[in-house]
Amino acid sequence: MTAPWAAGDDPQVYSVARSADVVQIRQVIRALAQQCRLSLVDQTKMITAASELARNTLTYGGGGTVSAGVVSDASKRGVAAVFEDSGPGIADVDQAMTDGWTSGGGLGLGLSGARRLVDDFRLHTVPGEGTTVTIIKWAR
Amino acid sequence: MSDRIPILRIGDILLVSVQFDLEDQTVLNLQEDLAEQIVAKSAQGVVIDISALEIVDSFVGRMLATVAAISRVLDARTVVVGMRPAVAITLVELGLSLGGVSTALDLEKGLAKLRRPASSASQ
Ligand SMILES: Nc1ncnc2c1ncn2[C@@H]1O[C@H](COP(=O)(O)OP(=O)(O)OP(=O)(O)O)[C@@H](O)[C@H]1O
Ligand SMILES: [Mg+2]
Repeated sequence: MTAPWAAGDDPQVYSVARSADVVQIRQVIRALAQQCRLSLVDQTKMITAASELARNTLTYGGGGTVSAGVVSDASKRGVAAVFEDSGPGIADVDQAMTDGWTSGGGLGLGLSGARRLVDDFRLHTVPGEGTTVTIIKWAR
Repeated sequence: MSDRIPILRIGDILLVSVQFDLEDQTVLNLQEDLAEQIVAKSAQGVVIDISALEIVDSFVGRMLATVAAISRVLDARTVVVGMRPAVAITLVELGLSLGGVSTALDLEKGLAKLRRPASSASQ
């Protein structure tokens, strides 16, 4: 799994161990999105996607970390966040990515919805080892 | 955390104004408190003002839908007011259309909606 960060970018790492940490992740992503001058709608989409993924890290992954920062390529800047846990992993990724599928009492919209809300979405999971989800939203 | 959002009462209407980003447990507390207060105060309507909220994710979205459903069962009506345009766009793209939730653009329109007969308020 290649990290989205280029040399020189340095993401901050936040722990996701309690429900208050999910609130903090939303604030961190908001600050980064404003720094990158994402439009208001794009800020809202990125924060919402991050909220969904951070809650999954906590609820299903048993906690983990979020690395977040600014990324850039030749022509644009964006916000990236990597959600990482050493939980049970996801046995059937296609099923988990289906709108409405939940193994718990959720709505089953977190993963599939987050994918629609961002520009880049990568999910890497190994059953028994953990799950990593990387998202990026580029400034237009 | 066991933070609780204050629930105000104006006549037979309960009013909640969510002023800051909520932790999940606070969201669940609000849902329970509202169900309790609808019965305790014989409320006919509930207005939830989310104009200060910069995001509504699936957790808060589910709470709004649940409160709307609970209030229907308890013979009251819920109107969610003040949703920001960016929040509405994001919610729909997330996949949450909040079909069963009655909405109004602001507090005044929300209260007016509750004063109208039930059939037109559910439109
Ligand atoms: N980090 C993770 N580790 C293990 N399983 C996960 C992880 N994230 C998601 N899953 C699995 O994928 C399913 C779908 O996740 P998704 O976020 O789409 O829905 P949900 O969390 O069940 O409900 P919602 O997010 O809508 O409240 C979860 O029910 C869970 O089984
Ligand atoms: Mg989820």
